[in-house]
Amino acid sequence: MATSTARRTSRAHTSIGIDHVPRGWRMVGRYVVLGVVAFLVLFPVYTTVIAALKPGSKVLDHPLLPGSFTLQVFRDAWTEGRLGRYLWNSTVVAVVVTTCQLVTSLISAYAFAFLRFPLKTFFFGLFLATLLVPIETTLVINRRTVDSLGWLNSYQGLAVPFLATAFGTFLMRQVFLQIPKELREAGQMDGLGHWGFLTEVAIPLVRPTLGALALFSFLSSWNQYLWPNLITTEENMNTVQTGLRLLNASVPDIERFNVPIAGTVIAALPIAIVLMVFQRQLVRGLTAGAVKG
Amino acid sequence: MKRRRRDAVLALVMLGPSAVILVAFVLYPLARAVWLGRQRCDARAQNCRTNGFRQYVDVVQSREFQHSLWVTVKFALLTVPVGVALGLGLAVLADRHLRGVGFFRTVFSSTVATSVAVASLMWLFLLQPSRGVLANIGWLNQLAPVIKRPGLLNDAGTALSGVALSSVWANLGFTFIVVTAGLQSIPRELHESAYVDGAGPWRRFTNVTVPMLSPTLVFVGVVLTSRAFQAYGEIDLLTKGGPVPQDSTSTLTYLIYGSTSIARSDAGLQSTVAVLLFVVLLVLSVVQLRGLERRVHYGN
Repeated sequence: MATSTARRTSRAHTSIGIDHVPRGWRMVGRYVVLGVVAFLVLFPVYTTVIAALKPGSKVLDHPLLPGSFTLQVFRDAWTEGRLGRYLWNSTVVAVVVTTCQLVTSLISAYAFAFLRFPLKTFFFGLFLATLLVPIETTLVINRRTVDSLGWLNSYQGLAVPFLATAFGTFLMRQVFLQIPKELREAGQMDGLGHWGFLTEVAIPLVRPTLGALALFSFLSSWNQYLWPNLITTEENMNTVQTGLRLLNASVPDIERFNVPIAGTVIAALPIAIVLMVFQRQLVRGLTAGAVKG
Repeated sequence: MKRRRRDAVLALVMLGPSAVILVAFVLYPLARAVWLGRQRCDARAQNCRTNGFRQYVDVVQSREFQHSLWVTVKFALLTVPVGVALGLGLAVLADRHLRGVGFFRTVFSSTVATSVAVASLMWLFLLQPSRGVLANIGWLNQLAPVIKRPGLLNDAGTALSGVALSSVWANLGFTFIVVTAGLQSIPRELHESAYVDGAGPWRRFTNVTVPMLSPTLVFVGVVLTSRAFQAYGEIDLLTKGGPVPQDSTSTLTYLIYGSTSIARSDAGLQSTVAVLLFVVLLVLSVVQLRGLERRVHYGN
């Protein structure tokens, strides 16, 4: 929506002073406000981390201050929560879903953008219509479908319903349509068929959007909560999200009530790191349309 | 002629994979749910007996459905306006030329990294009545005794607000990022000419920033509304639709899937509510689109 212009807009200081840098007390004031707000935003994360770094019996002594440092709670959460296994499951599913969504989106977007075939508008409308259907409406039946395929408690069950996305198709079609006609004609002169044009010309041109879609798909898959809950009954096949639910429900004794808290921190870390690395794709992906969020 | 046929065949091949998935896992289940929604069945969707489309009418008229719909609407009202306002506030606050503002932008975007399970469990921990952090801060308890007893999430009057708190926080990163991108795309000249015309910071905010930002704010509002209407994880983890007997946080999605929900054991009823959720969201998006066309200033 807004990112393409965002980078072009110059933010350099101008002489007319609408963004003059405040000085003295006014500047201090701004930092104080920013600092207080930042503290409030981070407060849940801060207290969670602090609590997970103490033995359970000491958590409430000074809930806001670090003290009696230990990593034992994290170790317990890792083994009791089986987080290694669940992180692996989530990774497998998210990687498969992302890869397949990129491929299916690219090829169907290509067909809608560059090929001529009967009933094109109708089919495109049908694709878009699927965007209107909330996932919560279809999962009751999808659970039965997956059950009858024998895919409960399996990677297929977790991944297959999400291997294609109308959102991705729509997004990639939009950027394909911006490729100048002359490029396609030049490609044909050089004897490039559709496949050659797609892989050698079109995909390199749309790489930024493709990156944004990849991150968006990965996050959506990783964060799924309801679906894995519906089709997972065997402990081994939990994802991180449903695993956290189990760890929290296992209610360890009062002395160790902060074990699920440590598990939550561990579960949050990989995505925090991924997002740090792919910040730019994130902004692009979210502004392009988190419509299916 | 030959080329056209080749194109058509190629299109079939290229659209095939997406089409198969979308038909099998979106369109078929939708049609099937509409059909199954006429019936009462056991949890495995067997032994169904049909009530015809009357079942939709019955469910719409039922106390449970109306209650859930109302809870969902309240949840949207609690999360959307506050969420948009906070995102706008943070974005404007961090849109200044200060050294180190990048650090604050990272902090404000950070909650986008939390999944619904992570965010909800963090807040569950914060809000626990006995061992939670907030319950052990003295002055806060004087201010709001409900946090300690019975606990924000355990009181029928405040439970939904507690869930909303967690949800607003979790969505803050998303809103902040999108509104910030919107702010940066406002042409500088507009601010400059307003400045030259003698508009102070507040006038520039209300007369330049907000109108120019309106498409972004509406977009954020639409996304947050649909998220509110589809909220499930936070309800499941924080309140399980309770506290009972009022079911104060039993939203539409929870009515379909919740482990303590009455529809859960009846695939027919689940389908009825699932289809009605679709209808509600459809009506909502039509209304929002209408409003969008009328109100929003799109520039050129």
